Amino acid sequence: MATIQPIAGELEPHPDVALVERVRGGDVSAYDTLVRKYDRQIFRIAQHITQNREDAEDVMQDAFLKAYEKLDQFQGNSKFYTWLVRIAVNESLMRLRKRRTGKMVSIDEDVETEEGSVPRDLADWAPDPEQNYSQSELAEILRKTIQGLPPGFRVVFALRDVEGLSTEETAETLGLSIPAVKSRLLRARLQLRERLSRYFRRKKGGEK
Amino acid sequence: MTCAEFLALLDDLIDDSVSVGMRAELQEHLRGCEHCVVTLNTTRKTIEIYRSHEIYDLPAGLRERLHKAIMDRCKKGC
Repeated sequence: MATIQPIAGELEPHPDVALVERVRGGDVSAYDTLVRKYDRQIFRIAQHITQNREDAEDVMQDAFLKAYEKLDQFQGNSKFYTWLVRIAVNESLMRLRKRRTGKMVSIDEDVETEEGSVPRDLADWAPDPEQNYSQSELAEILRKTIQGLPPGFRVVFALRDVEGLSTEETAETLGLSIPAVKSRLLRARLQLRERLSRYFRRKKGGEK
Repeated sequence: MTCAEFLALLDDLIDDSVSVGMRAELQEHLRGCEHCVVTLNTTRKTIEIYRSHEIYDLPAGLRERLHKAIMDRCKKGC
């Protein structure tokens, strides 16, 4: 694992650092707090990458256990959360590779696709288009749509736009350059937009 | 500014990381290009929908089961 670089301008220690110190001192209950704080995010990221619920459950357990075992390697100059996400991303990619034996699964490969890079569907969307679907229908549409993205795009979109990591944190977490993250993010956003247009575009007069 | 040039800066505009001068140029392009207005608005909406809807929820029962499994192993030293 590459050395975690300090985050420029971050002078105040993050509150997680104190919890990590308590765990290092033998207070397991402090780790309980960290797990409860981040379990939903880790599970979500694992689902985004593996697209498999059982794998996501395994990844969540393995990531938290690995982080616990390796806590001495956490340097404290990075956020605990981004360090944990990096572990979870690596675990998720390993699971994905196992399921897709023989198929290349990498976030490093530059995915050759022009899809979405030139918007084709230029119809405007209905106002509040999600209101036309039930919660479960909408969740299914969103899952199906993001599943169609290459893993390298999916993970960048999930970290950057869903989990709210900065471009720099996303690059650090994935071991990618900042221009690579930016390029993937733009293409991921445009591809998702294009695909969602099928469901959300403003209907012509009379259509329901 | 062409549509391709606008598109190359779309993310910077959405993420609010363009200079004042560049923002003015982008706004100028938008005034005369309905297609780019639609692309900008629907891309923003795409991000907002994914941010505000939980598509991979972690049910309470499963959460507790996983949590217990993790903490049991940690207490044993993994």
